Amino acid sequence: MLKIKNLHASVEDKDILKGINLTVNPGEVHAIMGPNGSGKSTLASVIAGKDEFEVTKGGIELEGEDIKELDPEERAHKGVFLSFQYPVEIPGVSVTNFIKTAINETRKAKGQEDMPAAEMLKKIKEKADLLEIDRKFLSRSLNEGFSGGEKKRNEIFQLAMMEPKLAILDETDSGLDIDALKIVANGVNKLRNADNAVIVITHYQRLLDYIVPDYVHVLMDGKIVKSGSKELAYQLEEKGYDWIKEEVKA
Amino acid sequence: MSLKEKILSSYLAFEDYLEDDSPIHDLRNKAIKTFESHGFPSKKEEAWKYTSLNALLKEDYSIFPKKETTIEFKEVRKYFLHEIDTFKIVFVDGVYSSFLSSTTHDGMDICLLSAALSKDKYKPVIETYFNKVAKEDSLTSLNTAFAKEGAYIYIPKHKEVQKPVEIINFYTGSETALMLQPRNLIIVGENAHIQIIERHQSLSENAVLTNSVTEIFTEKRAFVDYYKIQNDLPSASLIDNTYIKQERDSVCSVHTFSFGGKLIRNNLNFYQYGEHCNSILKGVTILEQKQHVDHNTLVHHIAPNCESHQDYKGIFDDNSTGVFNGKILVEKDAQKLDAFQQNNNILISDKATINSKPQLEIFADDVRCSHGCTIGQLDDEAMFYLRSRGIGEKEARALLMYAFANNVLESVKIPELKKRINKLIANKIGVNLGFNL
Repeated sequence: MLKIKNLHASVEDKDILKGINLTVNPGEVHAIMGPNGSGKSTLASVIAGKDEFEVTKGGIELEGEDIKELDPEERAHKGVFLSFQYPVEIPGVSVTNFIKTAINETRKAKGQEDMPAAEMLKKIKEKADLLEIDRKFLSRSLNEGFSGGEKKRNEIFQLAMMEPKLAILDETDSGLDIDALKIVANGVNKLRNADNAVIVITHYQRLLDYIVPDYVHVLMDGKIVKSGSKELAYQLEEKGYDWIKEEVKA
Repeated sequence: MSLKEKILSSYLAFEDYLEDDSPIHDLRNKAIKTFESHGFPSKKEEAWKYTSLNALLKEDYSIFPKKETTIEFKEVRKYFLHEIDTFKIVFVDGVYSSFLSSTTHDGMDICLLSAALSKDKYKPVIETYFNKVAKEDSLTSLNTAFAKEGAYIYIPKHKEVQKPVEIINFYTGSETALMLQPRNLIIVGENAHIQIIERHQSLSENAVLTNSVTEIFTEKRAFVDYYKIQNDLPSASLIDNTYIKQERDSVCSVHTFSFGGKLIRNNLNFYQYGEHCNSILKGVTILEQKQHVDHNTLVHHIAPNCESHQDYKGIFDDNSTGVFNGKILVEKDAQKLDAFQQNNNILISDKATINSKPQLEIFADDVRCSHGCTIGQLDDEAMFYLRSRGIGEKEARALLMYAFANNVLESVKIPELKKRINKLIANKIGVNLGFNL
């Protein structure tokens, strides 16, 4: 599904990613953990195509196609979805109108007709129920005045609506209480199937109790320094990152 | 002959022609003298620092149209809010068109200034209100000197006008260049309500310069919602001088939508004479090419316990230029005031310019006055957010610009008008958004 090879990226001549290698197969969940400033969010943004970052070396392939040069919307059309750590507030555009626009623009890009209104409404209702989102919430301006938890839940609602091939969850757990965390994780799990994949970026092992990863990678100073099974997440929770630093040095 | 000289000599002919014994005869003579001594404003004046009339004044304007032109309703239907029933006061090349209008004298007057100036029964009203709140600056005086036609609206107390009033000035291009001086007088009695939409619309590539004066008197507890639609052709320029006198507990809002025209100058002046007045000034300006719009606002707080809210948003593309000069003047007695002013701008092109200048003069010590001004580009993070959801760059920009302008539309109280403005904005931005605005 996703093949990242020796990926280097920089912002304003400062190197942030320094040779990332990562392969994600359909049906898998990968967790990326690491201390603050290690490059986790940058990796997420670079995969989604944020042009603030310059890819200086290496490549990103999605289903065998190099997507490195594509615009963010083109990557979205091909099935990449980033759940933002800090979703942006858009006053005057309701959650519903926003998601309708996103879906129909994506369909248009694929040469499809707009989704029929009835089908859209049915889908919105179904996904809102899945994430226990109140109907009133959907007519509010996108992210405006939302609590941290509401913003994250709204991100996952969009994920559920867009049904991407590759979902990247950038610290979706921050700002969520345990109940909201369970709802969000349940939502993500319901969307999983053999053809899609999830990358979970997190500081904490907590979310990984609910979205269980097949692989855990540790990102430090722009490189994946250690990969392992979900057990690695427990080790990190218990011992922190220092022991890995020592390992890397040795 | 300069335009000023032409105007002065035309005035003599105008006087002869009118054989004027109207109550404003002396006012006219005084006004033309004011214009004569001041002339057109120049960039040397602080209030005109960023707007030059020089290029406009080079045109050889006719001061009076030589012939009357009629237009078919179907040609101009789209400029009316035809989705709903409205009162209409319509002028074609400065001349009243009874054919296009729909006026009333049923329990209120929604009609013509020329009628009000010539009939005795209106004399007391004219003497009480005409030119009583307008400033005596040179452009207003120029209008006063030639004041002859425009809307006359008198709403007696406790009357709620059930449908909006449209005041529309069409210009057909009957002259190669024409200068128009429409004059509106609007009196809204105690506890009366009215909604008014004003529009200047050229139908021709020929130049037109409109120097309009509107006086609005809102009596105690009156409600006035006034909407100015400025979406004219690149050949049309407008100087709009609006003066509003508010008595206690009155609420007056003016929304100005400036999307088109060569040069637009809005001189919008509020005077709060009574306590607990609320003045609302809102504007959306979306410009491109070489368009120029200058919003010059004044809110003069004279009485205590009042409010004013100003919110102007501007989006500037190409070589367009915008000016926002917002003055809040708070007199010593205007205590417990809550005055708010905001002007936010987005520059889309490197060549677009905005000059934004808040001006607060406060002589009272117990007031809350806040003002803010921003000039920026569209937020990169917001663009990335929208694009990462599959929304293309152009549509994402449109969505953000729409969101930016949107809160000004929130307060538009006529739903059909709101829809129209929404559409105008979408057209202006050049994108059909994927949902019903």
